[in-house]
Amino acid sequence: MSKDAIGSVMVVGGGIAGIQASLDLADAGFLVHLVESKSAIGGVMAQLDKTFPTNDCSMCIISPKLVEAGRHLNIDLHTMTEIESVSGTAGNFQVRLLEHPRFIDLEKCTACGECAKVCPVELPNIFDENLGNRKAAYQLYPQGMPSAYAVEKADTAPCRLACPAGLNVQGYVQMVKAGKYKEALEIIMEDLPLPGVLGRICPHGCEDACRRCEIDEPVAIRDLKRLAADQFNARGIEIKCLPPRDEKVAIVGSGPAGLSAAYHLARKGVKSTIYEALPAAGGMLRVGIPAHRLPREILDQEIEVITNLGVEIKTNTPLGPDLTVDDFFDQGYKAVYLALGAHKGIELGIPGEKSAGVRQGVAYLQEVNLTGRAETGKKVAIIGGGNVAIDVARSALRLGAGEVNIIYRRTRAEMPAWEEEIHAAESEGAKIMYLAAPQEVLSRDGQVVGLRCIRMELGEPDSSGRRRPIPIPGSEYEIEIDQLIPAIGQRPDLSTIEDITGLEFSRWGTMEVDAITYATGREGVFAGGDLQTGPWVAIGAIAAGREAAESIVRYLDGRDMAAGREPVKKENPVYRPIPKDEPKRARAKMPELAVSERKGNFKEVELGYDEAPGRAEASRCINCGYCCECFQCVGACLAEAVQHGMKPKAKTVEVGAIIMAPGFIPFDPSPHAPYSYTGYPNVLTSLEFERLLSASGPFRGHLVRPSDHAEPKKIAWLQCVGSRDINRCDNGYCSSVCCMYAAKQAVIAKEHSNKPLDTAIFYMDLRTYGKDFDRYVRRAEQEHDVRFIRARVHTVEPAQDNRLRLRYVLESGALIEETFDIVVLSVGLAAIDQTVNLAEKLGIDLNAHRFARTLDLAPVATSREGIYVCGAFQGPKDIPQSVMEASAAAAEASMNLADARWSLTRTRELPPEKDFSQEKPRVAVFVCNCGINIGGVADVPAVRDYAATLPQVVHVEDNLFSCSQDTQDRMKEVIDEKKINRVVVASCSPRTHEPLFQETIREAGLNKYLFEMANIRDQNTWVHMSDPVQATEKAKDLVRMAVAKSVHLEPLHEVLLEVKRAALVIGGGAAGMEAALGIARQGFKAFLVEKSGELGGMARKIHTTWQGENVQSYLNDLIVKLEHHPNVRVFLNTEAAATTGSIGSFTTKLVSRGETDSSTVIEHGVTILATGGREYKPNEYFYGQHPGVMTHLEFDEATVRGDGRIQTAATAVFIQCVGSRNSERPYCSRVCCTHSLKSALALKKMNPEINVFILYRDIRSYGFREELYIQAREKGVLFVRYDPESPPKVELETQDRLALTVTDHILGLLLDMNPDLLILASAVLPNENKKLFELFKVPVNADGFLVEAHAKLRPVDFASEGIFMAGLAHYPKSIDETIAQARAAVSRAATILSQEGIRAGGVVADVVYPDRCAACLACVRSCPYGVPYIKDSRAFIQPSECHGCGVCAAECPRKVITLQHFTDDQINAKIHAMIEKEA
Amino acid sequence: MNKSFEPEILSICCKYCAYAAADLAGSMRLSYPANIRIIQVPCTGRVDVIHLLNAVQGGIDGVYVAGCLEGECHFVSGNLKAKSRVNRVKQILEEVGLEPERVEMYNLSSAMGSRFAEIAAEMTEKIRQLGPSPLKLKLRKSA
Repeated sequence: MSKDAIGSVMVVGGGIAGIQASLDLADAGFLVHLVESKSAIGGVMAQLDKTFPTNDCSMCIISPKLVEAGRHLNIDLHTMTEIESVSGTAGNFQVRLLEHPRFIDLEKCTACGECAKVCPVELPNIFDENLGNRKAAYQLYPQGMPSAYAVEKADTAPCRLACPAGLNVQGYVQMVKAGKYKEALEIIMEDLPLPGVLGRICPHGCEDACRRCEIDEPVAIRDLKRLAADQFNARGIEIKCLPPRDEKVAIVGSGPAGLSAAYHLARKGVKSTIYEALPAAGGMLRVGIPAHRLPREILDQEIEVITNLGVEIKTNTPLGPDLTVDDFFDQGYKAVYLALGAHKGIELGIPGEKSAGVRQGVAYLQEVNLTGRAETGKKVAIIGGGNVAIDVARSALRLGAGEVNIIYRRTRAEMPAWEEEIHAAESEGAKIMYLAAPQEVLSRDGQVVGLRCIRMELGEPDSSGRRRPIPIPGSEYEIEIDQLIPAIGQRPDLSTIEDITGLEFSRWGTMEVDAITYATGREGVFAGGDLQTGPWVAIGAIAAGREAAESIVRYLDGRDMAAGREPVKKENPVYRPIPKDEPKRARAKMPELAVSERKGNFKEVELGYDEAPGRAEASRCINCGYCCECFQCVGACLAEAVQHGMKPKAKTVEVGAIIMAPGFIPFDPSPHAPYSYTGYPNVLTSLEFERLLSASGPFRGHLVRPSDHAEPKKIAWLQCVGSRDINRCDNGYCSSVCCMYAAKQAVIAKEHSNKPLDTAIFYMDLRTYGKDFDRYVRRAEQEHDVRFIRARVHTVEPAQDNRLRLRYVLESGALIEETFDIVVLSVGLAAIDQTVNLAEKLGIDLNAHRFARTLDLAPVATSREGIYVCGAFQGPKDIPQSVMEASAAAAEASMNLADARWSLTRTRELPPEKDFSQEKPRVAVFVCNCGINIGGVADVPAVRDYAATLPQVVHVEDNLFSCSQDTQDRMKEVIDEKKINRVVVASCSPRTHEPLFQETIREAGLNKYLFEMANIRDQNTWVHMSDPVQATEKAKDLVRMAVAKSVHLEPLHEVLLEVKRAALVIGGGAAGMEAALGIARQGFKAFLVEKSGELGGMARKIHTTWQGENVQSYLNDLIVKLEHHPNVRVFLNTEAAATTGSIGSFTTKLVSRGETDSSTVIEHGVTILATGGREYKPNEYFYGQHPGVMTHLEFDEATVRGDGRIQTAATAVFIQCVGSRNSERPYCSRVCCTHSLKSALALKKMNPEINVFILYRDIRSYGFREELYIQAREKGVLFVRYDPESPPKVELETQDRLALTVTDHILGLLLDMNPDLLILASAVLPNENKKLFELFKVPVNADGFLVEAHAKLRPVDFASEGIFMAGLAHYPKSIDETIAQARAAVSRAATILSQEGIRAGGVVADVVYPDRCAACLACVRSCPYGVPYIKDSRAFIQPSECHGCGVCAAECPRKVITLQHFTDDQINAKIHAMIEKEA
Repeated sequence: MNKSFEPEILSICCKYCAYAAADLAGSMRLSYPANIRIIQVPCTGRVDVIHLLNAVQGGIDGVYVAGCLEGECHFVSGNLKAKSRVNRVKQILEEVGLEPERVEMYNLSSAMGSRFAEIAAEMTEKIRQLGPSPLKLKLRKSA
């Protein structure tokens, strides 16, 4: 590797694998960029309830890791971030990252949750696998890191996009849903001054765009706007305006365009005067729309909203010779906005149109709307099909017309009027003649008496896309009428403006303006509304008015009017997917005035929603954009952390290596009908069940059926859903973990159940191949009565009462039917599409199953140099295997960067600590309001003042947020100014915030242990919200207790103990050699000690890996590398004879056998035990008595040798589990099934005619090894299952002829065979090293395997610090797993060897009164880690080894030992302070 | 029994499970009686007989130690040690004529926020039934 390698590593994926890799690397001197696509790290493990096989609470064990990774100085968390591209080469990559906006500032967010509280948008909780809900402002889960909220947002919702004014529809609909009508109006009135008006008459293009249509009908958006305006008077909304300016603007026309321009100008501080030709303001809203649709008082009130802002409206003041545009400028107006509208009706152009009784629709409506009446005939014909025609018809009916005929030349389908309007007109008595057109007005004495019409038919579509009406010759007919009202369209009346220089007009008689700025050709003159567009919708005119206002202000400022206003259109907008299980719900019906009550009046017909149905209607919105941008959270967040304007951020990071740990996705069973997953709430995936069991899950750990929350009596698990299945899906592999998690879930479910619970697991092969897994299953079966049923269930059938019926066939052939309350689908682990895409982008090879392809002999390396892989992206696996590989990947990634170690890491520069030892305690108390989280419940000033009365307290204050940067700075000032030597913060939880405050006081020169916290939020105001008095009292008590302890606090100092930068590796097999070479490559010394005279161990006997890679050449290569590496020293024929010391500094005496024994004393910082295992030599099946009977390893050896027994065999039989899974060795030897499959295939390849039988109990070809099983069946290998109760019987039929009998369970027959070869899959045993293990004080389990510190998260560590393990000594494993574990040990060791020293001290036990020690051994016996020992007749505790639990301190009868920071004085001080309440 | 009696209860919680569960109860905004005062210790194995006796002697009406689930102690077996000490204290209380139920041991995992709230409610109710600690009454009288 080049010298300029970069000392940082990127880890992609924040699950447990990614976290482990990051921690190892950061602890070993590398800067880590941990990239996670979600808003918090934790991955799937954080979702799990318990972990197998120890039933540990998953959150309990991962949570400390989350905190550690989240707070690590050298781990940069990049959440909500994706990788765009990677360039460069190993050692020097440039990674382009895209960080999606969180919309919440991580620096400011205190995770108080106020944003979520006010957020109206409910979304399925993805962390709970959609079983519960959360808000669009959310925290992934409470323990998540970073501990901050995020806002989920997609592209702008289609309703908003469809609105000409871009109204935030989703926002106000959500506010209506929440009953927050004022807030709804505030959102609407950002863009629109006339909510009640538009809530009645808007043609609601938004509803056409509504994606609810894909489920049932669109949300009644317009009616909801009206509901808001009905419930809260728009005049009561405070409109925020900029300070007034001097310039004035003239507006011509008081229709929606003019009003909107005036409104938006006023908000920008510009005063305007509106000139209106008619006697009343409102334009078409007033004179075009009858009062039964838009009551006058609504219009008047909402115009008042505008005039209340100082806008003046001059009615009866038309443009004309006395008032020209020039006059406005002369009068000092700086700009003019023309919004004259389109009030001139279009004539029919037929003979007789000038007859009396013929009147334009717009003119008719104008009179009706201004005066309340108009001359109306008895038989009225109306020409046209738009809303004007309908308005005329409905008005005429109200004014006494006997017969109203609407004549329209196309059919109803083409009619532009709204359907509900047409329907209303009809119900009120109007008739519509379709496919008819007027030809001539018939008159008598100049008075209309009839109309000649002609029938039409529809021809080809015209330019509007509608079919063109064509007259049918000869179809003329006449009707009798006394009034004709044409309503076929309007256009602007240009007479007063057509001669103005600079103004231009289109050939349709409309005004030409700039499409973006609405500026005309004359400077300072702008135009919009119907004048510009021709007759169009009010909302369009309102939008135009707003845009003109923006232009006018820019014009007044002399700024570029167009800059930044180009409309942005997103090509493929991303929305929330339509929820699959959203039930159909009918759109709320608008209540209407009875038809009988409509005659002779203009009372409003549509009556508006009542609150309850209206809010229910609003709840039909599916929140396409997730967040509705109602901005309630902005107001609720006192920390000012919410920032809706955040944009995606691109950044480039330079790293030396990349580790891919993006994990997996649970198989989605929803497309597969036989599982009845979709639509049946009681069919759950295993991950859903995990959430259901979880105490923090949707049902708080109560085991209930989702359908009715009743406690289940029977639960079934179906194994291999989405695994080992090439029929329903392409996942032919085994998912490796499902058998165990199903067993675990069954056991835990029983524990959760108050009543007897029946649990049944339906499986094909029980694959519980890991350490202590078989024991777990046996307990599940025998102690918990979990039923394990070997049967594949084909179909889950819904039964009565939401129960589920399963039919299955036992091996005996019996067909059984059972009904269950819950069916859990044990879904497999599948590849994530995005990860696959990313891998392809990065040039990483994938295997046939779309997981990262790796070699057995390089188990964490991808096909691209410098990029490594760990966790489930490499293949389905459990947590310990993921953690091992994570450490292995960390070792591999850093190996080539060893020269750059510590080159990019950060350290904190700290001032020297002040010495207060001679001073009395001076305590400062900071009480946090946490926005309103504490202060909104408890009386914080009272708590603060109370604190001031406590002894030794010399300073108190309260803060809005104690964790904010300004408070941190303030604390440091106070400490300095008032010579503070103890600090108490009363706020949230020490679990999350103690380290922050400790850092702060340390930066101010105080020892970090001179700090104490009172948890008055999480454990007080959050749980006593309804009781402010008690919460205040409790806060005072907690503060008093904290102060009492603080007075007793002592500074504690950690000391740096020297580290010997060398590792002792014991065992010269593959694991030991890998470990030694890895240590050497990391730049440290390795002493490799092998008992025998040769390196290689068990691997010497293995020829190929399961994927067929050559093990021997690998071994030889490894040995050569070891022997040539300057950092390695190999000791053959050597054993460790004595060892002393502790983490970082051990001394071990090695004794080498030779002609004369020689001893060497070495010093090393860590020890790695890789003492290996061996093959069990069977007593069974004539082993050793017949030449055809051999073990796996002997078979391999014979095969390689070309042994005749192998080549001539006609029948070969493998017997599995020889010496394993029995009472003597109740564990699975893990490797044997794979080995038998591989060997069987090899035999078949050598001789396709050979009969090969595998006699097995469960075929455990986990992961991709399943490929071998599939191949073996394809090649004709015969599999016969046997029960341990009736194992195969082998006899010697003749001297050299074996006879084997086994019962075939499926056929129910005894099978006889005469194997020429009988290959025994014999157990893997650990090498016996009792003395060695005692020497190093490491524990072994009942089977003789070494016991790790924690089965899940510390699989290569021992509980005693500084000692690690790898290989078969830990548990049977394949060579790829051995290599991974050995490299993991290297990584773990490197976190120690790379340190400048081991920090010891802090919260550890200390023998404070050694003179009083009676050497009673209480401490020695009680310590769970065996740390204390007796030295010079006194207890001695090595601080670097102490874990800090304090058991010894409590046990010590003479109180010689104490636990620092939790001394008896300190604990008792707290207890006494609690008692001293009244004192 | 005195209806207005509000028990004073001390809860000694281990850092990894019970204390974290108490925080989680907060995150989940569960509600439980405000009678509990929590002291955090690294492991319930740190809790000494003398701490419990001090609390009782000082007139605290109820004391409970809350640690990890049995078999899941972060420090292997500290919670089992705590259990036996709690039992020892119960014996002592019985010997001196106090109700042993005033001192209890509970086990829960860090994910069991709602269980924490339940325990707080259970313990409060139990002590309410038992009434004020006789020692407290005595101390008050003598004061």
